[in-house]
Amino acid sequence: MTYGVGEQVTVADRAHGGHHRTPSYIKGKTGRIERVHAAFRNPESRAYGGDGLPEVPLYLVSFARSDLWPEAAGDSGHQVYVDVFEHWLEEAK
Amino acid sequence: MSEHDHDHPPITNGEEPAAAERARALEKVLVEKGVLRAEEIRAGIDWLVSRTPADGARLIARAWVDPEFKRRLLTDARAAALELGLDPGPSPVVVALENTETVHHVIVCTLCSCYPRALLGPPPAWYKSLPYRSRAVSDPRGVLAEFGLQIGDDVQLRVLDSTADIRYLVIPRRPPGTDELSEEDLAALVTRDSMIGVAQPAAPAFA
Repeated sequence: MTYGVGEQVTVADRAHGGHHRTPSYIKGKTGRIERVHAAFRNPESRAYGGDGLPEVPLYLVSFARSDLWPEAAGDSGHQVYVDVFEHWLEEAK
Repeated sequence: MSEHDHDHPPITNGEEPAAAERARALEKVLVEKGVLRAEEIRAGIDWLVSRTPADGARLIARAWVDPEFKRRLLTDARAAALELGLDPGPSPVVVALENTETVHHVIVCTLCSCYPRALLGPPPAWYKSLPYRSRAVSDPRGVLAEFGLQIGDDVQLRVLDSTADIRYLVIPRRPPGTDELSEEDLAALVTRDSMIGVAQPAAPAFA
């Protein structure tokens, strides 16, 4: 586990030409590690019949709405929590 | 009409959602290729439709009456479900999130339809719809208002996007005026929608 609860991380802003579980609306966005779940088989390999190994740590990361959609009007003040695999995370920019 | 030489039911317009046709085509191919046996698909569907929100409701009602159980539910919902003899499903981690006076949680899966099926049964159609999946993260207060649920500005709103192996369910707030109710009567107030976070539990029939 590279990251700990409370750390700021940035989601890699890269295209991925196959099945992956990182929604586009968080790519390039910075959030906070809320939970360190466990390590799980990688869905990017499992989707194509692979074994998904090695297992990849999975984190629950929170993002402020104002960071995800800065252009949106009004201050709804909500946060979005997303499960993100470690290979999609980078040190906060 | 196309005229080709393999047999399938006639493709009709608008009779049923395209997804159903796609699912049948996929099922046919998976069976033909030996990836799945028809019996396995039948058993999977059988399991899924046998699940109901009543199981999740039992968890919530127990948590309302037993603070120690609630603590265990918040720590490890999978273990807490097993403790009550409930089937927590195949997900290795189930997380329960508590709604309070100051924090409200709502669950979505923006990528598909991940949902705690073992404890809540099959997800409602709206949960799988594109409008819910996209707007729940960008405008949750608006979405909840359409469900008839007003979340005050002083309440922190957290939207959980289940993108991976974890399954989430919400522990709604216990309704006022329910101090005298039994655990069984409390469970009857815990609706499916309240465990997704788009509604409060039902009000007791008498107060």
